[in-house]
Amino acid sequence: MTPPLLAIGRDPLALDRIAAAVAASPGTDPSTSSGQVPDGRDGAVVTFLGLVRNHNLGRSVRYLEYEAYEPLALKAFERIASEIGARWPSARLALHHRIGKLLVGEASIAIATRSPHRGDAYAACRYAIERVKQIAPIWKHEFFDGGEVWIEGATANPDDQQARAEAERIACA
Amino acid sequence: MRVTVRLFARLRDITGASELARDVAPGATIGDVWRQLVGEFPELASYERSLSSAINADYARMDQVIGDGDEIAFLPPVSGG
Repeated sequence: MTPPLLAIGRDPLALDRIAAAVAASPGTDPSTSSGQVPDGRDGAVVTFLGLVRNHNLGRSVRYLEYEAYEPLALKAFERIASEIGARWPSARLALHHRIGKLLVGEASIAIATRSPHRGDAYAACRYAIERVKQIAPIWKHEFFDGGEVWIEGATANPDDQQARAEAERIACA
Repeated sequence: MRVTVRLFARLRDITGASELARDVAPGATIGDVWRQLVGEFPELASYERSLSSAINADYARMDQVIGDGDEIAFLPPVSGG
């Protein structure tokens, strides 16, 4: 079975699954819009895995526990996919996020993009991870040697155009 | 009317609950629910400026009016990825 394009759950993530998901994403040619195989137009697939680091801000990290508001997280992923569709119309996105307890070295997020040329695939992939960090309702609870702390980054506001522009600037840098 | 309040991450730690049921007056906004919670759990007040909120699993502004049976969520700054 083809992995879903967008997902959040407790299963371990794998590069081959995210690559298979994006490979099966609908093409831009209407005649292949339901195609289950790449239609031959795309010359690039970019994948990204985010891993749990063993250090953060001087702390020795033992493990992370990820928590999410799952239905809203999926909608945030859909929004990111749609933003990518608007900015890079020929690019396609697959994105899987893991929640629960993750040990050092395990993957917390897997992203794959594909497009006719590598530039758009790289940019869309970078944009996706930046936007996840801005607007996906997901939290890291860090357990380190000597304590634990909730990591708090951006205030999630999908309508903040300045944040969106910043993600695009980073993606295209 | 009655709403369900969902709390995440440190907000859940502060309140000791991931889900609360609260009675609110007709015409109440998300912000009204938040202020009621801050009254119960003063430590929440530090999130006043960094909070996001949602209604029935869609992002919403604090001035949005809520209805009976709605699920309101309060979200501290996010750290996914």
